[in-house]
Parts: sequence; C-alpha cells; structure tokens
Amino acid sequence: MSGHAQAVSKDQVWGGGSSPFGISYGKMMMWYFLVSDALTFGGLLTAYGVIRHASSEPWPVGEQVFESLPGLHGSYPLIYVALMTFILIISSVTMVLAVEAGHRMDKKGVIKWMGYTVLGGFFFLSSQAWEWSHFIHGSGGGFQISAPISVNAVDDHGDQKTMELNGGSWVHMTSDMGHAYEHALEHGDHIEIANGKLIITSAHHEDGASHGHDAHAEHSATAPTIEQYDLDIVLNKYTLVREGDKDLRKLHVTGAEAEKIMKAMSPNTVVFGANLKKNEYAVQQQYANFFFFITGFHGFHVLQGVIINLIVFLMAYRGIFEKRGHYEMVEKVGLFWHFVDLVWVFVFTFFYLV
Amino acid sequence: MERDDLLVNDQYSIDARHSEEDGVKIRKKLYMVTVILTVITIFEIFMGVYFKRNSTFTWEVIKLGFVVLTLVKAAYIVLIFMHLGDERKNLKYVVLLPYALFILYLIFIATYEGLSVQHLNNMFR
Repeated sequence: MSGHAQAVSKDQVWGGGSSPFGISYGKMMMWYFLVSDALTFGGLLTAYGVIRHASSEPWPVGEQVFESLPGLHGSYPLIYVALMTFILIISSVTMVLAVEAGHRMDKKGVIKWMGYTVLGGFFFLSSQAWEWSHFIHGSGGGFQISAPISVNAVDDHGDQKTMELNGGSWVHMTSDMGHAYEHALEHGDHIEIANGKLIITSAHHEDGASHGHDAHAEHSATAPTIEQYDLDIVLNKYTLVREGDKDLRKLHVTGAEAEKIMKAMSPNTVVFGANLKKNEYAVQQQYANFFFFITGFHGFHVLQGVIINLIVFLMAYRGIFEKRGHYEMVEKVGLFWHFVDLVWVFVFTFFYLV
Repeated sequence: MERDDLLVNDQYSIDARHSEEDGVKIRKKLYMVTVILTVITIFEIFMGVYFKRNSTFTWEVIKLGFVVLTLVKAAYIVLIFMHLGDERKNLKYVVLLPYALFILYLIFIATYEGLSVQHLNNMFR
C-alpha cells in the first residue's frame, strides 16, 4: 500500500475516517504523552535553575562533587558521568537501529538491536545506582568549626596560603580519614587527635572483616587495635572561591595546622554524605534534594523504559510482530526510549556542566 | 475503512518497508548522527574539565556554549532518532509549538519572579 502519494483535500483529511497527522493512533498518543512528560521535566529543571540562582549560599561545583570512579582513588572530574551519557546515547542508537531493522521485517536484526538496547539500559541503571550510593555515602564528610582560626593551607601547585576561617565555616575531610572517622563514630571507638594524626583505638568487633582481619584470628577478642591516619582537611572542597586571580579551591591543610581545625570542630554539625535532611556538599539542602528528585525521576523513567523494552524484545523474539505484519510497537517504545535520552542530555548539562 | 496513514507515502507508516539498499543509506545517516552526538559530548566534557567554573566572562560564554550544544544535541535526537523531522508538518507544529510556548513562558516568569525573590531576600537578610 505504501508508495502511493495521494493528494488529499483538507475536507477529506479532517472529515473523519482518516489520520490527519499521517500516523497511527498509538504513535500520536505516545507523542502527546511525551509532550506532557517533557513539560514535567522542563518544570523541574526550571525550578532547579530558579532555586540555584536565588540561593544566597554557594552552589556546589559539578566537577568537584562528581569526580570519582568505582574502585579507583584520585580525581577524575566528570569522567563517570561522561561514561553514563555515552552509554545512554549508544543505547539510543541501537534502539533506532532496531526500528530500522523492523522496517525491513528483519526479525533477527530487531532482536539483536533490542537486546543491546536493554543491555545499555541496565548498564545505565547500574551506573546511576553506583552514583547515588556514592553521593549518599559521601567522600569524607564535613563539619563546621566553632571559633574563628587562621591556618596555613597548600594548594594544588604547592603554594602556601594563610586562610582566615570564620566561626561556622565549612571544612571537609579527605576520604581516607573521613571514612575512618565516620566508622569510629558509628562504633563508638575512642578517637584521639595528636601529632597531626587521627588515632582510633577500637575494641574488637564481630565484623572483623571490615578491618581486614581474619575472623578466626584468636587474638581478636583481647587486644584493642590502634589505627592511625594522617590528618588532611580540605578547604572549599565543593565550592568555587576566588580571590582576585588566585584560585582558592581544594586547599589542603595537614599536620599541626589540621589539628587546630579538628579541635575547633563543632560536633553536632558533622555530616557524612547526603540524605533528605542534610548533606556534606552544600550548606543549603536544595542541592541534594534536587539531585535526588530530578535524577531519581529520570532514573525511574529509565527503569520503565528498560522493562518496556524487555517486553518488546520478548514479543519480537516470539515472532508476535512478524505475525502482526509490522514492527510499529518497536517504534513506539523507541520514541519513549529516545525521550529518556533527551531528558538526560539536559540533566547532564544543567546538573554537571554549568 | 481506508486509513490515511496507510495511504500516504510515509516511510514510517505501519506498512512502510524499505529495501536493503535503502537500509544501508538510513544506517549511514544514523551512524553519522551517532558520531556527531559523541563528538559534542566529548567536547563538552573536555571544556567542563579544562575550564574551571569561574565568575569570568570566558566562563559565561562557555556556559552559553553548553546550552547551545545541548539544544543541538536535543534537535538531533528529536528530529533524527525520534524522526519528527520526517513526520508531517502539522504533527511537528502540534508537538513543538505548544511546548516551546509553555517552556519559554515558564522560563521567563520563573526568572522574573526568582529575581524578585532574591531581591527581597537581600533586602531583609
């Protein structure tokens, strides 16, 4: 039936019994749904922009918050998010290739490309799960200091700089000592700060594995362990601070200087990672809340997309579309899947880049 | 009932088929778009990592560049991947115009109100 271009008059087109848009009912409804869903995401991102702009407290810098890779130490700003973006783009491409295969009635092609699309979706979801868990867990934790002090800090280039910290200033711990500190607090271990070191004395716990000990070791019930960590405090870990031409981000304070900061800690302000009440990344809570809500809502869409793609994959595998004579269902779920990719493109820009 | 969507010469209608040769051409176009999207993303990451966020004019320009590149990527996804570019004109307008209208108005009113909230906050802080 295809290939017959017919001049249809307006009366005929809108007079009923035909499709004025030249697409099937299902596809049209998919487009309407996507427009409404896009409005929801547009509203969320606009709200994010307004709150961020109106915030009087500094807003965290994406490349300073998201700079970790699973299983690796060190700073890799934005690399992990770039990987997630790439995975989603590629799975969008495999989706459109599945649609193309469908138009050739190529059952094998549809199955292959739909399979890759589902796989890409799973990859993205797992990546997001890791990112969330890392965001919630935090990278060291932070606290406010109770009284004004002045400390010597060192920047990336090794330059020294004396920093005057007001009472109430936020400082952060590096991940090694921060996580050890968090662990010690959780277990009620004895924490001592001396000689530029964090000294944790712990009576042995049942979960010896987390200390790297053999659970069967016989001495474990008796002698307490002492662990030492070099103090390493970071000033302006997540925020942008400049003084003229000088970049005052991520200044490290170690040794006796760090001891001064640790001793000025205001204990009830200590926070590790992020939840819906407090977070280590910013003084205001909106940053974490928007992160959870927008990436969470997007992740929920990805989850739906993966489930629907899986169903369509199975239907293609069982030859249902071949019997039906067309693969339009692949195209319809494809529209949804591309939309998910589209939203991520915007989330990526406004959350991580700018 | 004869359905219009089955009659017109539309490569995405239900019964539309294309040959293996056409498929090669279409796939070539899709791979091209893939390369474009990937290159833009890598470029954005490079700019984001290389240029530190700042309060300088350069960063403002880069920021604007990010928004423009995002819109370019979005256009490729919507027009090629979601093949809205190949649909009829009336569907294109029905999808894009109301959305553009609402979002532009939303951005305008939110920025306007946001600035006034900020102004009040500064006045009473």
